Amino acid sequence: MPKITFITATGESIIAEGTSGSVMELAKQYNVSGIDGDCGGVCSCATCHVHVAPADFNKTGAASEIEADMLELDDNVIKFSRLCCQIEVSDAVDGVTLTVPG
Amino acid sequence: MKVSKLPDPFKSAREDKGYGEMDDQNDPVTMLLRLKDVRKSAHKYQTFTSEAKPGRIVVPSEVAIRDVRQIPFEVDPPMHRDYRTLVEDWFRRPNAPDYQAKLSVLVEEVVALALSADKIEVINEFSLRLQSRALTLLLNVPLEISKTWIDWGTHVFRSEGEALDGNKAAILYDYIDKEIDKAIANPGEDMYSVLLASEINGRKLTKEEVKGVMILTFAGGRDTVINALTNTIAYFSDHPESLIRLRREPEIIDKTVEELIRYFSPLTHMGRVVTEDTVVCEHAVKADTRVSLCWASANRDAAVFERPNEVILDRKMNPHVGFGFSHHNCLGATHARQILKTLIRTLTEKVSSIEILESEDNIEELGHFKRKVGFHKLVAVFS
Ligand code: HEM
Ligand code: FES
Repeated sequence: MPKITFITATGESIIAEGTSGSVMELAKQYNVSGIDGDCGGVCSCATCHVHVAPADFNKTGAASEIEADMLELDDNVIKFSRLCCQIEVSDAVDGVTLTVPG
Repeated sequence: MKVSKLPDPFKSAREDKGYGEMDDQNDPVTMLLRLKDVRKSAHKYQTFTSEAKPGRIVVPSEVAIRDVRQIPFEVDPPMHRDYRTLVEDWFRRPNAPDYQAKLSVLVEEVVALALSADKIEVINEFSLRLQSRALTLLLNVPLEISKTWIDWGTHVFRSEGEALDGNKAAILYDYIDKEIDKAIANPGEDMYSVLLASEINGRKLTKEEVKGVMILTFAGGRDTVINALTNTIAYFSDHPESLIRLRREPEIIDKTVEELIRYFSPLTHMGRVVTEDTVVCEHAVKADTRVSLCWASANRDAAVFERPNEVILDRKMNPHVGFGFSHHNCLGATHARQILKTLIRTLTEKVSSIEILESEDNIEELGHFKRKVGFHKLVAVFS
C-alpha cells in the first residue's frame, strides 16, 4: 500500500497509508494538522497546501495551471508547492514526504 | 426559461474590457469582472483596502447608516490576522460531529414541515427559518431565540434600496447591544461571552469590537444563506434527475455544494477602497475611489471554468470565489457548507419532487448590469 509521510508545522511526522482518493483526503483521515481541505478537494480553498520534498517532486509532478494560479497568491508558496487535493494516492507517489507550511 | 436559472449579465463586459462601472450614492464603483483580477486584488490589500470608513466597502454603501467597524471584515492585515486567529476556531465548530448531528435535526424538522404543508413560501417559511435556527448553533444560544430573528423578516439587513433605512439597521444594532450587556452581566458559553472573555495582543476585546464581530456574523450570514437555500430548492425543482443522482451517489455532495455556490454566487460582489492611483485591466483607477471584486462574474469566467453557465454536480476543478478569496475569505463558510450538505442529503432522503407554483425574481441593478441573485417570492409544493 502506498505510504506518504506528512510533517506538520510543529515538526510532528505522520506516516499515512491509503489506496485511493486524494492525498488531502488521506491527510484528513489521519488528522494531519494544518490540512483542512475546506472545499472538499475542488481546488478552490488552498487549505491543503504542502511543500513536496525536492527529491520527491518528480513523483508528484508539478501543479497544473489552475492549481498554480491558486498557489501563486499564497504567502508560503515555494517551487515545490502543491495543493494536495490535486494529487491522487497511488503507487506513483509511494514514499513521498510532504511538509505542511507553517 | 427554467425558474432556477441565474443568467450571467457580465459576460460581454468581462470578455471585452474586464471591468464594469456603476454609481452608488455618488461614490462610483469600478467592478472587476475577471477571476484573475478579482483574486489578485483581493490579495493585494495594500492597494485595495478593506479598512476604509466603516460601511464604505459595502455596495450599496452603508456609510450613512453605520459607524461601527465590522470585524475582521473592515480591517486589513496585519491586525486582521490577529482578529481572525481569535475567532477562527469558533467558526470551525461546524466540522464537529455533535454540531452536525444537531444541525441534521434542525434541517429535518424544516423539511418535514415543508412536506406536511399544502404549499409553502420558501423564503420565509423555509430558508429564513432554517438560516435563523442554524445560526443558534453557530452562536451557541438556545433555539427559541431564533423566533426573534425570524420575526425580523428578511428585510432587516437587506442591503438594497430599502436597506439603507437606518431604522431597520437600528433594530439589529440595539438587539446586539442588549445581548452584549446580558452576556456581561451573566457570562455563559455563547459567542458573545466567549468574545468578551477573549484577548487580543494582551488586552480584552472592547465592547465595540465585540459588537463589530457580532453585527458581521448576523449580517454576513443572513441574505447569503437565505439566497443559497432558496436557489437550491429552485434548482432541485427544475432538476429532479439531479436529486435522483445524488441519492445514488451521495459521495459527490461535497462537490455539488461547491458547484452550487459557484453557480449561485449568493454574494454578488464586495468593494475595496483604492489607496494609490493604479491600473486594472488597462483602466486607470484613482486613489480614494472604489473598486468591487465581483465574485459572481469571476465565477462564470470561461477562461477558467468549462461550460461556466451549467451546473455540473461533480465538477472536479472548481476554483470558484463564491466564498471570497485570500485574507477575507468567508469565515462562515464551514457553517454554510454544512447547512447545504445537510439539506441536500435530507432532500435526497425525504423528498421526491418539488413543484414551483409561483415565483418573483430578485434582480439587483448594478449600473447597466441586471443580475438575478435569487427570489423575492417562491411558492412551492414539496412531496
Ligand atoms: C452561502 C453563504 C455565504 C456566502 C456566499 C458568503 C460569502 C462571503 C464572501 C464572498 C466573503 C468575502 C468578503 C470580502 O472579501 O470582503 C465573506 C466574508 C465573510 N463572511 Fe460570508 N458568506 C456566506 C455565509 C456566511 C455565514 C453563515 C457567516 C457567519 C454567520 C459569514 C460570515 C462572514 C464573515 C465574518 C466574513 C469576513 C471574513 C474576514 O473579513 O476575514 N458568511 N463571505
Ligand atoms: S482542498 Fe480546497 S484546494 Fe485543496
